[in-house]
Amino acid sequence: MERSASGVEHEPQEDMDSLVIAGEEVGSRLIMGTGGAPSMQVLREALTASGTELTTVAMRRVDPSARGSVLDVLNECGIRVLPNTAGCFTAGEAVLTAKLAREALGTNWVKLEVIADEHTLLPDPIELVDAAEQLVDDGFVVLPYTNDDPVLARRLEQIGCAAVMPLGSPIGSGLGIRNPHNIELIVERAGVPVILDAGVGTASDAALAMELGCDAVLLATAVTRARHPARMAAAMRHAVEGGRLARLAGRIPKRRYAQASSPFDGIATSQ
Amino acid sequence: MKVIVNGEPRELPDGASVADAVASVTTAGSGVAAAVNDEVVRRSAWEATPLRDADRLEVLTAVQGG
Repeated sequence: MERSASGVEHEPQEDMDSLVIAGEEVGSRLIMGTGGAPSMQVLREALTASGTELTTVAMRRVDPSARGSVLDVLNECGIRVLPNTAGCFTAGEAVLTAKLAREALGTNWVKLEVIADEHTLLPDPIELVDAAEQLVDDGFVVLPYTNDDPVLARRLEQIGCAAVMPLGSPIGSGLGIRNPHNIELIVERAGVPVILDAGVGTASDAALAMELGCDAVLLATAVTRARHPARMAAAMRHAVEGGRLARLAGRIPKRRYAQASSPFDGIATSQ
Repeated sequence: MKVIVNGEPRELPDGASVADAVASVTTAGSGVAAAVNDEVVRRSAWEATPLRDADRLEVLTAVQGG
C-alpha cells in the first residue's frame, strides 16, 4: 500500500472491485429501474447520470398506441436490459412472464418478483421460492426480489439463485432500510451478491446499503420521481461509490465516550 | 374463428397463424414475444403455428418498470 502526497491510500485491488453476477462483470454497482419517469428524455438523462450498466424493464401487453420504447433508450445508452416479473402474484404468472421476456429480449437474466398484494407489494415467499426453482431449472439467471429475511435469502441461494435482492422497505415507499440488522445478517451469510432492492428514498439510504456490505443497490422511484431526476441519479451514483469505499476502508468502532483526536501533551497553560 | 388476443376477442380467418394475430396488434420487428394458452411460441415458429378457435394469445413487450 502506498500513500500519495494527498494522503490517500491506494489499494490496487480496488480498481478490480467490480460486481460479478453469474460470472459476468457488471460495471456499476447501481442498478436502475425505469418505472415512474415522466418521459423517455428524462429517463435517458437520469440513466446517463447514474452511470448504471444494468437496468430493469417490465413486460406488458403491447400497446399499439405506445410511442417510443424503453428498449430504444437502453440501446442508445448501451445499458444491459434486465426484465422483471413485476405485477405477478403467482409462480405460474412469473414463470410465463420470465419466459416471454427471454424470448422478447434475448436474455436469460430475470429479476424475479412475485408479490402478495397490491397494497404492500411485499414478496410472497411461498410463490417466490416455487417460481425461483422452476426458473433455475429452466436455465435462467434468477435475481429474486425478496423480503429482508436471512432464512429466505439463504433458501433462495441454495435453490441456485445468482443473487439475492432483499428489500430495504416497501417498493416506492422511500422509507429507506428499516431493518439494517437483517441486511447485515443476509450479507454475512451470503455466497452470492446481495443487492438492496426497494425502499431507497435518498442518497444516504444507498450509501448505508453499501456500508452494510451489500454488493449493489437497485432503485428507481427515488430517481424517477425526484424533482430533478438526473441530479438525484448522480447523487445515487456517488452514494453507492462512497458507501462501497467506506465498506472496503472499514469504519471505526462506535464508542460510548469521546476519543481525543488531538494530543493532550504540550498544551499551553495559563495562570 | 374467435381468438382472444391480449384479453380482447378478435375475429380471425380460419387457418390464421400466430404471426397473423401478432401483426394485428403490433408491427414491431423485435422486442416482442407471444404465448398461446400460456405456452411461449418462438418467433421463428409464428408463421407455422396455426391458431384454433378460442385460443388465448398474449403478445408482450418491454415497458418502463421496476
